[in-house]
Amino acid sequence: MGAERFPVEGAGPGPAMRKRLAGFVVTLRDAGFVIGQAEAQDAARLISSPMSERPEGLRAAMRALFASRRTELARFDELFDAFWRGRGAKSAVKINAEALAARSPRRFQHDPNAAERARDQTHVGEGSAGQGAPAEGGGRRGGASAQEAISRRDVAALVGERERAQAAELAERFARAMRTRLTRRERARRRGRRLDLRATIRHSVAHGGEPLDLKFRRRKMRPLRLVALLDASGSMESYVAFFTRFLHAVTQAFRESEAFLFDTRLAHVSSALRERDPARALDRLALMAAGVGGGTKIGGCLMVFNRMHAKRVIHSRTCVMIVSDGYDTGPPEMLASAMRDLRRRCKRIVWLNPLTGRDGFEPSARGMQAALPYLDLFAPAHSLESLAALEPYLARL
Amino acid sequence: MTSARIPRDAIAARLAEVGYVADRDLATALWMMDYLKRPLLIEGEAGVGKTEVAKALAAAHGCELIRMQCYEGLDASSALYEWNYQRQLLAIKAREGSGASASEIEAQIFSEAYLLERPLLKAIRRETSPVLLVDEVDRADEEFEAFLLELLSDFQVTIPEFGPVAALSIPRVVLTSNATRELSDALRRRCLYHYLDFPDVDREAAILLNRQPGLDANFVLQIARMVGMLRKEDLKKVPGVAETLDWAATLAGLEVKDLREEPDIVHATLIALLKTREDRASISKETTARLLGKVA
Repeated sequence: MGAERFPVEGAGPGPAMRKRLAGFVVTLRDAGFVIGQAEAQDAARLISSPMSERPEGLRAAMRALFASRRTELARFDELFDAFWRGRGAKSAVKINAEALAARSPRRFQHDPNAAERARDQTHVGEGSAGQGAPAEGGGRRGGASAQEAISRRDVAALVGERERAQAAELAERFARAMRTRLTRRERARRRGRRLDLRATIRHSVAHGGEPLDLKFRRRKMRPLRLVALLDASGSMESYVAFFTRFLHAVTQAFRESEAFLFDTRLAHVSSALRERDPARALDRLALMAAGVGGGTKIGGCLMVFNRMHAKRVIHSRTCVMIVSDGYDTGPPEMLASAMRDLRRRCKRIVWLNPLTGRDGFEPSARGMQAALPYLDLFAPAHSLESLAALEPYLARL
Repeated sequence: MTSARIPRDAIAARLAEVGYVADRDLATALWMMDYLKRPLLIEGEAGVGKTEVAKALAAAHGCELIRMQCYEGLDASSALYEWNYQRQLLAIKAREGSGASASEIEAQIFSEAYLLERPLLKAIRRETSPVLLVDEVDRADEEFEAFLLELLSDFQVTIPEFGPVAALSIPRVVLTSNATRELSDALRRRCLYHYLDFPDVDREAAILLNRQPGLDANFVLQIARMVGMLRKEDLKKVPGVAETLDWAATLAGLEVKDLREEPDIVHATLIALLKTREDRASISKETTARLLGKVA
């Protein structure tokens, strides 16, 4: 950026050009691009390279350097044209202003004077890490206490758009962290401490009776699979949006997972949730679940699940997670028998009930009573904190 | 190094010589890899030819291609180095009676002769820079990504028994990702980025002509247009470039000269492109005929 020193080859761009380039980098950062000091220096090298003879060449080169996801490619071209060629300047400036207003979390420099300082900066030694990391960390720390408060509150009590979005974002992060810890645990166990003496001695023959390569016995592990059944009926209304976001994150994070929605009928929605972009995933999900409404038939839906899907989606290391308030309009006997069948098939059944977290709650719904004997875990799920408490349980599977 | 001065058109020309048709953006990115000494991250759908880029790059530079396939659970010992334990134990045994001191034996068995190089170490220990292909990096765990990032930034490895091993040459690193998992910002920032899309009609035709030189140019254009239109249909698995090549070879083998004249053969041979039952069912004879009408 500012007065950086450049590699000896060639003279490097002149001071005016360097200033322009620093301005461009600031523009890009404001638009949400992640750019470190090292990248800015390399951009200066590009300007003094043969590639800069033609604007298209320079644009393509800088795009490869600065853009780092598919979604950023078109955006980069717009910003480049606006900044260096004065085309469509108005629209690009608008984007810029919007990004500033939104204060996107990936922004490095929250300080409005940062651009000024960057120009005055004289030492290069800090490198990209020195520039990027602390600012990023700082951004996260700032939000921590607010997030903590949100994670304890009942999801149904979060009313504002912003609060709900924040909770959903936290749920996503939980799901991702959960998966990282679960895989790590699995690996530590996988190392297999038990020596397989028989194999070791058999192999030692080749080395003249010296047990050179020790053979270990390890348990074959299949990855944990999560099958989630989410109640989307009217009585769950205030929780559905939150849990679909949670399910989306879980589906993204776990290598093996399946998701279903139910109220009066069952819908297999895994394919919609595999869509990476949350907004598009929810759109597709809304399409797939269209037409459902009315009461809840948990028992009937579980029977359909047992008959149509269970064989395919359940294996030895499967955890079935049912998220429902337990208000069933069907006969409780039906639910009980469906639960019995399900119990025989899978390793663990977890029932998350968002109402449980409320003070003075008794699982008195008839459906809930019928299902209780077949559950491994009956847990509250009204807040993020209660979801986080689940993780150690899942890790033991 | 002289190749750092080669402008992008020259790189594109060299790639074409070895049978890879690169568009201008890709050629630019490949030129920058050399100029800035940065790794290149290529993303794109399965079948667009991401791995081919690395192979072609190695062929164009006439250097070795070292490939590392990533998978879940990949760790440093299978990516970087491992000691040859069997040989070490044998060496200890052989010296048991020789009266050599423990430290002498130790120096002996922790020397290079007993080191098994895995792809990453291999890549930095070559006299001439090879092309290192880190394939499907999104399949490896997050921890491995961090480890890789460290290696890619200073190209130095520390082996505890051995000390730091500096790179003899900096490899050209190509990473590919199918986007099954979001990669970290740090890795993305470190790398140049190129999104490889399915080739447009002209480029696909050029690829076909390059690979199967005997074909008629008009016929090749028809094939490329047909595949291009198929990709726009709502398919479960979109056919890749390799599938197009298969299909073209099939049609040429059946001596088809003009797609429009042989709708039945075209429909029957679509199995080279459509690889799921649903896709096969969704492209009916009528759909094939409709698409062929636009092939001209």
